[in-house]
Amino acid sequence: MSDQTQQGKAPLALVVVAWLWVGLPFLYGLWQLVIKIPALFG
Amino acid sequence: MSGASGFLSRERIVAPPGWSRWLVPPAALSIHLAIGQVYAWSAFKGALEKGMDIGGVASALPFTLGIVMLGISAAVFGTKVDSNGPRWAMAVSSACFVTGFLVSALGIWLGQYWLVVVGYGGIGGIGLGIGYISPVSTLIKWFPDRPGLSTGIAIMGFGGGALIANPWTSSMLTAFGASGDDPDPNGIALAFLIHGVVYAVFMTMGWMLIRVPADGWKPAGWDPAVQKTRAMVSSASVSAANAIKTPQFWLLWVVLCFNVTAGIGILEKANPIYQDFFRDSSPAETLTAAAVAFVSILSLANMLGRFVWSSLSDVIGRKNIYRIYLGVGALLYLGLTFIGETNKAVFLLCSTLILSFYGAGFATIPAYLRDLFGTYQVGAIHGRLLTAWSTAGVLGPIIVNAIADARADVAGPSKYTPAFLVMIVLLVIGFVANELVRPVADKWHEPATNTTRTTEARA
Repeated sequence: MSDQTQQGKAPLALVVVAWLWVGLPFLYGLWQLVIKIPALFG
Repeated sequence: MSGASGFLSRERIVAPPGWSRWLVPPAALSIHLAIGQVYAWSAFKGALEKGMDIGGVASALPFTLGIVMLGISAAVFGTKVDSNGPRWAMAVSSACFVTGFLVSALGIWLGQYWLVVVGYGGIGGIGLGIGYISPVSTLIKWFPDRPGLSTGIAIMGFGGGALIANPWTSSMLTAFGASGDDPDPNGIALAFLIHGVVYAVFMTMGWMLIRVPADGWKPAGWDPAVQKTRAMVSSASVSAANAIKTPQFWLLWVVLCFNVTAGIGILEKANPIYQDFFRDSSPAETLTAAAVAFVSILSLANMLGRFVWSSLSDVIGRKNIYRIYLGVGALLYLGLTFIGETNKAVFLLCSTLILSFYGAGFATIPAYLRDLFGTYQVGAIHGRLLTAWSTAGVLGPIIVNAIADARADVAGPSKYTPAFLVMIVLLVIGFVANELVRPVADKWHEPATNTTRTTEARA
């Protein structure tokens, strides 16, 4: 049985692209939600 | 032995040394953010009702069928997802989910609404179930040190999917002349078509990028012995077939079902609840806008709770975190019932926390299952447990609507008092069920050689 413990160094650019791929649409949705909230306290 | 072959097989996606495990959550998110669109179905409802001349019940059918199919397909295909691996599951989920949109687009274009029901609800619903459980066991294997955080991120994505789809769908329908009082059916069909194409591209990243850890891999600096010192965490494995014979499975089924039912108690009628509680404190126009904002803030709480509380469960343990969800949840319902009307801050605090516990209940359950049954077939066990969600999806709205209908002549917050009291009782029952959870008896554990042989065959 192997005992591989190394992680995290290899495809850093890929990690950034992958998180942007899901992060940008998520931020768009979050922003659309947040702009509605002030009405609650208006 | 793995059933899938070639590019989709588990053997093709064993991570090479040095592969970053932080690539796995975005792969999972690209599936969950897409299939979470199902909770934004209401964005299509108005256009479909006016554009295809159908009623409210008919326009809700694709969503309802989709949620039912989610529970059924997760339970039926759970074992297949575990044996064939996450790439196969994600690819099948993508194919079904996208096909659902394309068949719906064709149905609207032809004026055949039944194709929307079968396409989005039936075919797409299978994609929802397989997609929902597809990354869970993989995430748990990549993050044995933080299973709550990893599944919390993915399942938060399911909540975030509607967040993205809601404004996106609305703006698309407007751009295609498919909103307002006389929506163009071809515009609605075009919107469905574009949803299908965009989700096909978006989900591709998930099944292209997903990897399973090599046999024997563990995070740098992580000592499994530390985790095993917790009383509720098992190092042994239980098969899905045996798990459903244990009392632990059915106690967690009750916990999940009643926690979800209690959340739906507010979620189902959030807008009218807010307006009934504060109808005397604001002018009608302000009240309507504030109620919409209240629904938005609940969505945010539902989503963030999945990540925050589930991550906290890695620190304080799964049993303790469910004590909070269920015990504190019951107290919050009490606060809402008896103080909420007189104090808006208390009302907002109680309702947002209740919804954060609702979302967190979904996100923490895979890690709880991992603790009790091991990683061997945790995806399949999770799939079977999701039948509790389908049950709650029916039970919650029935309780809330039946009580509200029976008290239609009552004005103000007291209209909801009996429903809230029922939710408190359900949460207390869930709390007791959680207290009864004990480690799984040794007789249900798989012999170590079985799980090792299976893992080696997969690697």
